This record gives sequence, C-alpha cells and structure tokens, in this order.
Amino acid sequence: MKRQLILENGAVFVGKGFGSEREMSGEVVFNTGMTGYQEILSDPSYCAQIVTLTYPLIGNYGINRDDFESIKPSINGLIVKEAAKHPSNWRHEESIDDLLKALDIPGLEGIDTRKLTRMIRNVGTLRGRICSMDVDVEAVVNELKNLTLPTNQVSQVSTKVPYASPGRGYRVVLVDFGMKKGILRELNNRDCDVVVVPYNTTAEEILRLNPDGIMLSNGPGDPVDVPEAVVMIKKLLGQVPIFGICLGHQLLALASGAKTTKLKFGHRGSNHPVKELATGKIAITAQNHGYTVEQESIKDIRIAVTHVAVNDGTVEGIEHLDYPAFSVQYHPEASPGPEDANYLFERFMELMKNNIEQKAGTRG
Amino acid sequence: MPKREDIKKILVIGSGPIVIGQAAEFDYAGTQACQALKEEGYEVILINSNPATIMTDTSMADKVYIEPITYEFVSRIIRQERPDGLLPTLGGQTGLNMAVELQKSGILDEYNVELLGTKLHSIEQAEDRDLFRTLMNDLNEPVPPSAIIHTLAEAYEFVAEIGYPIIVRPAYTLGGTGGGLVYNEEDLIEIVTSGLKYSPVTQCLIEKSIAGFKEVEYEVMRDGKDQAIVVCNMENIDPVGIHTGDSIVVAPSQTLSDREYQMLRDSSLKIIRALGIEGGCNVQFALDPDSYQYYIIEVNPRVSRSSALASKATGYPIAKIAAKIAAGYALDEIMNPITKTTYASFEPALDYVVSKIPRWPFDKFEAANRTLGTQMKATGEVMAIGRNLEESLLKAVRSLEANVLHLQIDKLKDLSQVELEHRLQKADDERLFIVAESFRRGYTVEQLWELTKIDRFFLNKISGIVQFEDELKKAPFNVEVLQAGKELGFADDIIAKLWNVTEREIYDFRYEKGIVPVYKMVDTCAAEFASETPYFYGTYEDENESIITEKKSIVVLGSGPIRIGQGIEFDYATVHTVLAIKEAGYEAIIINNNPETVSTDFSISDKLYFEPLAVEDVMHIINHEQPLGVIVQFGGQTAINLADELSARGVTILGTSLEAMDQAENRDKFEQALQKLQIPQPLGRTATSVAEAVEIAKTIGYPVLVRPSYVLGGRAMEIVYQEAELLRYMENAAKINPKHPVLIDRYLIGKEIEVDAICDGETVVIPGIMEHIERAGVHSGDSIAVYPPQSLTEATKQKIIERTIKLAKGLDIVGLLNIQFVLHEDEVYVLEVNPRSSRTVPFLSKITGVPMANLATKAILGLKLRDLGYETGYVKESKEVSVKVPVFSFAKLRDVDITLGPEMKSTGEVMGRDYSLEKALYKGLVASGMKIPTHGSVLFTVADKDKEEALEIIRRFHRIGYHILATEGTAKRIKEENIPVTVVNKIGDQKPNMLDVIRQGEAQFVINTLTKGKQPARDGFRIRRESVENGVVCLTSIDTAEALLRVLELITFAADAMPSFNEPKVMVTTK
Repeated sequence: MKRQLILENGAVFVGKGFGSEREMSGEVVFNTGMTGYQEILSDPSYCAQIVTLTYPLIGNYGINRDDFESIKPSINGLIVKEAAKHPSNWRHEESIDDLLKALDIPGLEGIDTRKLTRMIRNVGTLRGRICSMDVDVEAVVNELKNLTLPTNQVSQVSTKVPYASPGRGYRVVLVDFGMKKGILRELNNRDCDVVVVPYNTTAEEILRLNPDGIMLSNGPGDPVDVPEAVVMIKKLLGQVPIFGICLGHQLLALASGAKTTKLKFGHRGSNHPVKELATGKIAITAQNHGYTVEQESIKDIRIAVTHVAVNDGTVEGIEHLDYPAFSVQYHPEASPGPEDANYLFERFMELMKNNIEQKAGTRG
Repeated sequence: MPKREDIKKILVIGSGPIVIGQAAEFDYAGTQACQALKEEGYEVILINSNPATIMTDTSMADKVYIEPITYEFVSRIIRQERPDGLLPTLGGQTGLNMAVELQKSGILDEYNVELLGTKLHSIEQAEDRDLFRTLMNDLNEPVPPSAIIHTLAEAYEFVAEIGYPIIVRPAYTLGGTGGGLVYNEEDLIEIVTSGLKYSPVTQCLIEKSIAGFKEVEYEVMRDGKDQAIVVCNMENIDPVGIHTGDSIVVAPSQTLSDREYQMLRDSSLKIIRALGIEGGCNVQFALDPDSYQYYIIEVNPRVSRSSALASKATGYPIAKIAAKIAAGYALDEIMNPITKTTYASFEPALDYVVSKIPRWPFDKFEAANRTLGTQMKATGEVMAIGRNLEESLLKAVRSLEANVLHLQIDKLKDLSQVELEHRLQKADDERLFIVAESFRRGYTVEQLWELTKIDRFFLNKISGIVQFEDELKKAPFNVEVLQAGKELGFADDIIAKLWNVTEREIYDFRYEKGIVPVYKMVDTCAAEFASETPYFYGTYEDENESIITEKKSIVVLGSGPIRIGQGIEFDYATVHTVLAIKEAGYEAIIINNNPETVSTDFSISDKLYFEPLAVEDVMHIINHEQPLGVIVQFGGQTAINLADELSARGVTILGTSLEAMDQAENRDKFEQALQKLQIPQPLGRTATSVAEAVEIAKTIGYPVLVRPSYVLGGRAMEIVYQEAELLRYMENAAKINPKHPVLIDRYLIGKEIEVDAICDGETVVIPGIMEHIERAGVHSGDSIAVYPPQSLTEATKQKIIERTIKLAKGLDIVGLLNIQFVLHEDEVYVLEVNPRSSRTVPFLSKITGVPMANLATKAILGLKLRDLGYETGYVKESKEVSVKVPVFSFAKLRDVDITLGPEMKSTGEVMGRDYSLEKALYKGLVASGMKIPTHGSVLFTVADKDKEEALEIIRRFHRIGYHILATEGTAKRIKEENIPVTVVNKIGDQKPNMLDVIRQGEAQFVINTLTKGKQPARDGFRIRRESVENGVVCLTSIDTAEALLRVLELITFAADAMPSFNEPKVMVTTK
C-alpha cells in the first residue's frame, strides 16, 4: 500500500508501507551500517526515532532469535529502500515485515533513501511522520513544526526493577539507560556478576550492592534530560571504577562538569574511525549518537580527552584525572558493527582489579 | 608515521603481459602506485614488459623500462639504477614471484635495496601452502583438511584417508593454473600431474572439497602502525568450487548477518596482522550456509583482481593507498581521495549493490571446455551498480556485450531437461542464464537450490526477474509496470520484445512519460559526508546528483570488458583521448563498465559514468549531459557498434564520419573507393548465399580467405583450400551473424605489413610501418610485429607511405586509421583499413614517441596537425629495433587448438627493444614467457607443403648443436640431407610415441605445422595440446620458428668441425 513520509521542512517521500499501518512521528535519523538492521531497530538508543537505513536492501537475512539488542524495540518507524520478501539465512525465522507488524511499528520502503539522507546531512536531523496518503500534507507539516519531541525516552526504555545476571567474577552494577543487550553479554562473557538497575537508582542504593565497578549504559535522547543520573554519578565518582558507553559517557562528562551539545545529524553507522590519543591508533567503531561532549567545556575540569573522531574531531572518549572512571561515545560491544574496540572491556576489568588491589593495599 | 625520507628512488615491478588470471587490473594498480609515489617526490623506476599499458607511459615514472620481467633483466636494471627500495606487491603474481627470486639471489642485499610494503617473509607465509597452514593453525583459524604433496603417490595417500571430491591447487601459479576439482581416480592422475608440472616448486595443495559453501572475500588494508581496516567484502553468487575470477560476485555481501560479517571481518584482520602485511591483502572464506563454521580458502598478500573490483565498487583506491603505506604513511595520515574531507582510515559504506560478471572467451574458442572450476578461464569482467540487486545484475548482463541484453539466451530454450540439469549442477559460463531458463520452465527455488547450491536469496531474485517478465507481458504500455520494470533493471530491448514493438518505441514512450534514470554518486560514505568525486551510476529514482557544468563537454565511449581481440590497448587509447580532451579545454566524460582498467579510475576523467555500453544507457547520459559530441573511435568494436544507433537518435559522432567508416568497412563501397584511388587489393567479393560463395571462390581461385563482414579480432575468419571446407565454413558462419554477408578474398601468400596513421583531413602523419614476422594469414594480433621494417626496400616503403596517405585522405578519415597490407610479388595490396584506433597504437606511440591517440583526438576536436608541429609523411625511423610479441593463455584453456591462423587467439603482448632484430626478438620471446634453452632437441612434425622450407630450419638447428627428432616421413627427407635424426613413433604407434617424448620433456621445442583444423581428434591437435600441457614451446608457423632460430644463433655458436680441405684448391688468379 502506498504510504508516505512527511518532513517538517515540507518534503514528502512517497513509498510503500510495510510493517504496521500506524501513523508515527519522530526525529528522522540515518544509519550507514550495511549489516545489523535487527540490532539497530532493537537498539533502545533509537527510542522514538524514525530510523532510515542507507544500505538499500534490508531484511536479506531475515530476523532471528538471537540478534535483538532489547526485548522490546522502541523505534517509531523504519525507512528502507527495499524490505526483503524472501530472506535467506540459516538463522532466519521471520521477515522484517512480519516483525514490524508484530511490534506495531510502521515501515516505509521504496523511497529514495539517498535523497533523504542527503537532506538530513545538509539541513540536520528533521522531524517527520510516516502516514497514509489521505492526510493533509500541509497540516501534518505544521503539526510536525510544533511537535514537542519527547524528553522521557530513558524512563521508557530503562528497566523498571533491578535484576541480576549472575556470574562468579567482579560484581558490576550496570545502570540501564536503555541498555543494549551486548553490554550485558560482554560483561557476562568475562564472568562478571552483574546487577542491572533502573536509570533512576540512587548512588546509595547502588553502593549498597557493594559493586567492584559501575557500568553506565547507552540510551536514547539528550543527556540533560536525565539530571537524576548526573547526581548519582557525581556521588559514585571516586567510590568505584566507572565505565560509560554512549549516553553513559555523556552523563559521566556532565557529572564531571563538562557540557554536551547536539550534533547536526549525529554519528550513526558501523564505520566510524576513532583515534586513541595515547597510542595514536585507529579503531573502526560502531556509533549511534546525536549528542556530543563539548571539547571546549573539558578544558578547565579534571577530565582528559582520550579518544577523538577522525572524521570531525569530536570527543569520543574521556577519562577522569582523579578517579578511576572512563567512558567512550561509541560502542565497544559492537552488535552491530566492528569489534575493534572490544579491548575497552578488558580495560574496565583491569581497572576493577587494580582498584581492589589498591584497596587491599591500603587496608593491609 | 610520516613519509620515509631515507629512501629516494623506488623500483616498481609491473605484471607483464595480459594473460588469463592477470589482466588490466594491474595496469590500474601500477599506474596508481607510480602516481602516488611520484606525488610524494620519490624517483620512480618502472619495469614492465607490456607496452599496451598506461603505466609504461614515460610520464608515469621517472624512468620506464619496457624489458622482460626476468632475473636477467631486472637485476641488470637494479645494477644500473641502484634503487633504494623495491615495491613488489602491485605487479600481481609476476611482480611478487620476481621479488622473491631477486631476494633469494642476494642481489637486493648486495645493492642495499629494501623491499617496501609487505615483507618477503609475509609473502612467503601467505603463498607457501605449508607455511600458511602452519600459521593458520597457530592463529586457530580453520582451514579445510588438506595435504601438501610433491608426488602423485602422496595424492593417493591423502585420498585414501579423506575420500573424493578433493580440490587440487598448485603452488605459486596464476589464476589457479593446472588445478581443479577431482571426483575420481582418472581426474586425480590428470590434474595432479599437470598441477605438479605447472607449479614452479613442484608442489600442490590438495584439500577436502567444501563445494557448496558460500564464498566470501574481504579486502583488507594494514599500515606499519598495525592499523587495519576492511575496505569491502564481497559475496560470490556461485558457491565455493568455482574460481573467484570466474564467479559472479556481488558487493557488499547480501546474505550474511552482522554476526557472520563481523566474525569474518575479525578473522581477516587477525590474519593480515599475523602476516604483517603493509598494504593491501585479500582473504577468501568459505562459509557454511547452515552454521557459523567457516574456512580460510586463500590469502593474497598483494593487490589483486578483487582489490581492483573493490576499489571501483567502493571508490576506495586500494593500490594508491597501498603505495602510500609502503612509503611509510599510516592510514590516518592519508586523505580519503573521494571525499577529500575524511581519512583513509575508515571503512567505506555502500548504498548501492555492485555486481561483477566475468567475460569468457568461449565465443572465440568454441571447442574449449566451458566448465568452470578452480582454474580461471575468463579474460575480463564487467561491473554494474544499481540500487537493487536485480538492476545491478541486469545492467551487468547487458554490459557483457555477449549479444544478450537480458537474462535470456534463446538457444537455451532447446536444452533437454537432462542437459539443463547437468549444466545447473556442473557450472559453465552460461549458468546464470540457465537458472533463469529453468524458472521459465517452472522449476522452483528449492529445486534449483538442490541443483546449484546458489543461495536461495539470489535464486529468489532471479525468479523475481523471470516473474516480472510476465507482469510486463500482461500490461503493454502501462506506465506503472514500465516504471517498475526499469527500476528492476530491465532493458528496453526485452520490454520491446515482450510488448512486440521496437526498442525505439519503448525508449520514446519512456521519455514521453518521464521514465528516465537519475545519476547517483559513488562516494564511499553512503552520503554521510559531502563529496566532490565525479563518479556516477544511473538508477531509476528521484534525486539526480550529477550536475551539468557550464563547460562544453565531450563524451568518450570506453571499450568494455577485456576479451580476445579487444584488449587493454583500447583502454590505453581511451585514457589518452580523455587526457587530450582535457588538454584541449573541454570537459571529458567517460562511459565504461570495466572495473579493471585505468579509464574507470575516477581521477582520470572530469566525469565517470560507470554504466553499460548499451544504446539506451549511453543515450540517457548524452541526453542528460548534452555534450558537443561523442568520440567512438578509441573504444574498439564496442563503441563503433554503437555509433549507428546513436547517430540515428541524433547524436553527433565526432571524427571520421559514419559514412566514411562505412566506406572502409562495407566491402563493396571499399572496393569502389580503392578503384577510385587506384590501390590494388586481393581479388574478392561479397557473398550473400552459399551458392554465390562457391561460385566466387571458383572464379578467384583457392586458397581463399573467408570471413563475415564486421568482425572483431578476425573472429570466424578462415583460410579455405577447397570447396568442401568452404561449404562447412559457410554453414557455421551464416549462424554467426545472419545480418551481414560473408567476404571471400583471394589469399595472397606474402609478407604482412601494418601501418597506423593520423589524419585531420589535410595532414596525414604516419608514425611507423610494422612488418610482421609471420606471413599473411596469421592474425595481425597474433603475429610478431617489427618496427622499423627490416626487409622492405625503400621503394616498397615509399609505396606504402603513398598509399596510406591516399587512403587516409580518400576515405575522409579524421582521427586514427590502421591499414594492413600484404607484399606479394613486389606489389603492395591493401588487405583492410580500420578507420579507428588499433591494437598497435600503444606500441607505436611508445617506440616512436608520437602521441598518437592524443594527436588523433585533437584532430577530431578540430585542431590542425600542422599547428601541432606535424607534416604529412612518414616520421623518421628510429635506430633501435622493437618487436611486439603476442602472448597466449593456452595453458588455461583446455581443448583449444593453439595453431595460429586468421582468428585471433592471443590475450596480451610484450615488447622487446634493442639495437638489432635478433636482440629485440630475444627480449620479446623471453618476455613472452618462452624458455629458450641453448641446447637440446627439436621435434619436427610438418605438413608436406612446408617440408622444403622446414629443411632449411632443420639444418640451422643442427648447425648450432640441436638434436633433431621427427616422424618417419619427415625423418627420411632429413636423412637425405645428411642430417642426423631420431625417428619418433607416430601417435597410435607403439610406445614411446611422439606424445611420450613431449610428456617426458625430451624435446625442448616442437615445430608443428600439421593439418590445421578444429577437430580435436586430429593428431596435430594432440601434439600441440600435449606441448602446452607440458610447458614445451610449440611453434605452428615456420616463420616464428625462423625468428626463434635467429635468436638461438645469436646466443649460441655454431658447432662445425674444421673443414678437411680435401677438395682441390680454387686459385685466385692474378694477372
């Protein structure tokens, strides 16, 4: 069935609907990854966004049981050039169309996705709506212009109650701002004894769990929308080692006195080169963020930049100069994307180990 | 790591002649590398024996040596030039093997030459099967169960353990020469024996066959800082079992989940790091379609055909970046030349689908075994880009120029079910079309998957294409269906057939309805960053990104895929045309579809359209760009064939007009023109029916030369000695091209002479006259050409010059022309005139210093040759003698007769240049790969008509100490001349017979002029094939044998006893 995407700047893209027939609005963003659509559409960081995939053939290998990054995907729409009708892969269980129908998420295919991408690149992220052909376009444009984007996405996607994912190694409290399963998987792979807690857990509650380390997860939206987390992190700094990813990274920066700002169209894809300043080496990383830590704001505070984006020089990693805390803007857990930065989890393990030894040393 | 300042002078080794498995991609790589190094201020010394390349232009390096790539010559250059560094990884397997040999000989250490980029140790670890397997085991990377064998007995042992089928891969060979899939003992003996013979180290890898797995390739780069990236991954539509060069390939992979993609990415990065490669590398995987199990098939520690494809598919110039890495740079210090705003240390993101289809030579070699396996058989390839798989695939199909514009070959309709299924199971070059045919017959995806093991994803896509044929058929002139069909990549031609109208009607209807493609940019980043690169492909979507500039533009049509008869020479001319257009102040726009070449390097032209060279695709671009005109005379037959239809659609063809071209190519008009110009040609006439042909042949007398009009590379041309042969020929030729009549000419025995000239309508510049070693009758592309001519009198030369000038002016040539003459009983006859760029343009340009394609382009653009400093006449000959020697790929093509004749068979060429003909010939023959031992035996089997001529040759071989072997008849005649000879049994006689002699390496040369014919059963054929199979030099022309002798006589000495002085003395009388 013919359906369309209407953007706040008046642009209209007519294509074919798939998935749900619901009308949905959201910020339209694009991701340049060529594989990993299942992980992308289930990444809670995209909560309430309409995601455009620049690779034209999506759904080729179908949807499988294993590759979801969250239990309940939270995107507001998916836009592709072509949604595969006949997926093929040994793990394939259903088509992307089946999945979006089941999740009640609208999809749109058959539009010039490259044109849309270039538009977003040139004018910045735009608000848009996937809807039927019967609507009054002008009215929708006006609505979109006045649409207030949600600021509570983290509360939507974060777990409501704490839960344990046991292991026999280090005790890690993983604060869930909209966590990708991949982070938990990496910690479990290292035999960590993980307790996942809601985003609004207080520092005191966390410390009562007596963690060896704290992991701040990724998540959707603007970091300033979760001030309670900033308060929590401030109190945790210096108490236990902290590792932040993506939104977790931005929150660690805010807690340390830095500022964040919105990027024109963000970094979303699986091919972003990041340079580690200490070694001068490049890693190719998976990224998904619309906000960034302002370089200027770091100058006079106790934070050092450890990683920068090769393409635009933005901050991609920081560490605290006084406390055992570091974070990166990108996704070392990959899924989807390259696994070059996986070593950061080792660094976190190392940090926890050192901290424990140090404590033992001071005690002894 | 900045650029290295401790090295100043770098030697680059090229890949030599074009052969199957090593083609134009290395000209592209080498050219990029030389440019990249020069850009950095290094002094670049280049050695390559192939004159038809852009890289051997003197402007590409500080010094260019067109010399044989052998230890003898390369070491001489090293001694002379004393380079600081040697870059070996851009010249294919040839360059790599040469570097290994140089290193092992100690000369690099002696002269302090450092191997730049990937180190020798790494090369060996990747290339040597044993070392490679050990490394993979250490890395915990899986390889299929296998064994390294050095004898047939060892192969038996392995099979006893593992069972059939197995794959045999000889070590250190190009394109898998000598290898293959083995299903039974008979195959085992044949393939293992030949494999061991072809491997320079007598070593084969035999491994368990994992046929049916997905074949996936990763193109990886690594710098000296240990930073590594993946440029591109590619998935073969054909599962494991078919050489990747013979597989249909798509990029990026289509059926791999991110999990699988990253698993193989991690593995390829682990491997490139463990090998310590500094530059580019290709890793081939076999992936189980039903689990995460994968195996490493192969690693190429150098740039390759796949890396050229990946470069064009992504826009990421692998060879250029590899050269910069070799010069010391790190990936994050090199700008991404496409975006010019980002760096080389990233991984390209594609927002389109790329398809590559190989181009096979089976249209020329009908007798060849077309089955595909581990030994590559394709001579070239095409690539196409689309926004969906169907579009990409169908565009690639129509780029092939195989007379198919859709997934449909009419004759396949006649296949029986048994044949059909057999050919689905055992893939050959037409399998893609057979799959489509099967869907038309109602086969299901599951059935075809069972038979082919092609992933269901691809099968569904092909099935969808076939289904859409019905949709189209049901809805003539329905705009929506038409739009959908065009989005799926359907050609106007097939839609026209389905709607029962002409192609032109569809085309006009589309324009009326606004169904035309837009052009999207290839920008490495899926539009994430702004990009300036003028590299485009067409697709049926909304937004056009190819902006028309104010500047006046000229469109140049490229020459499409490399095939026999239309090789890299035409790409050479195309590139020079583009450069000349830019020099003249116009915008140069190129359309081409060959991913291997320099012309499709986006930095060459002002705009590159990577599109099929089919009428509709070319017209779309012309309509969009509105150029001043189109130049067709440099793109070989491909471009020429389009000229008529383009002109009919209102396009201006620049240079020699269509009428003038027709005057040269239409037999009757040509004859009239020659009569008017009073230039003789062999008697001949055009026949339109068999009866007429017989009559004509009778009138002009046998032997006659027969060929269809408008042919490429002498295709289907034959010398016919009697009526029965003529009748057989007519039967086959009529099938080839019913639209065009057959030409019948008197076959004149004599010396063949070839001339290229440039004409602006007033001035005719003749850069050089070339004399062929082989007499007329051997295709000019397969003959050894000599410049300057060594045996022509001044008077003959004058005649040639006069006639060339007359022809150029009389035929109204504007641009290039190529003429073939035959010198018969002191008269110079014209054989043919080609009103376009020829195969010899790069060779002649290089040895005479006349930039032929450049001048011709300027003449086409209206400049006057006189104003460019040229006058009518023959350019003063140089003192040095240069020879162009053809190179064949017979070892790769089983069942092909190697006899030289009017039909072209060579795939490439080399050049030899020195101060005498013999020295030049020596270099040329050595460069062509001929082993020239200075003693041994020569086996003669000559036809009766050649016996007397052969005797002279035999005498001379004997004189320099060669032993003569011959069959009884010939031997008797030899004995009569008092030359010792050993009689060898004929085939079929008692063993050991002739074949055994060849097989056991008892003859160093075989000279065979036995009855030529296409019947493989003939003895002559078996002798010739046996020689090729066993790597023995086999010459089928007495003239070539004579040339070889001249060389042998130069490098050896006569072994004559002192004369006995028994005869009475003759006195010199004095007064």
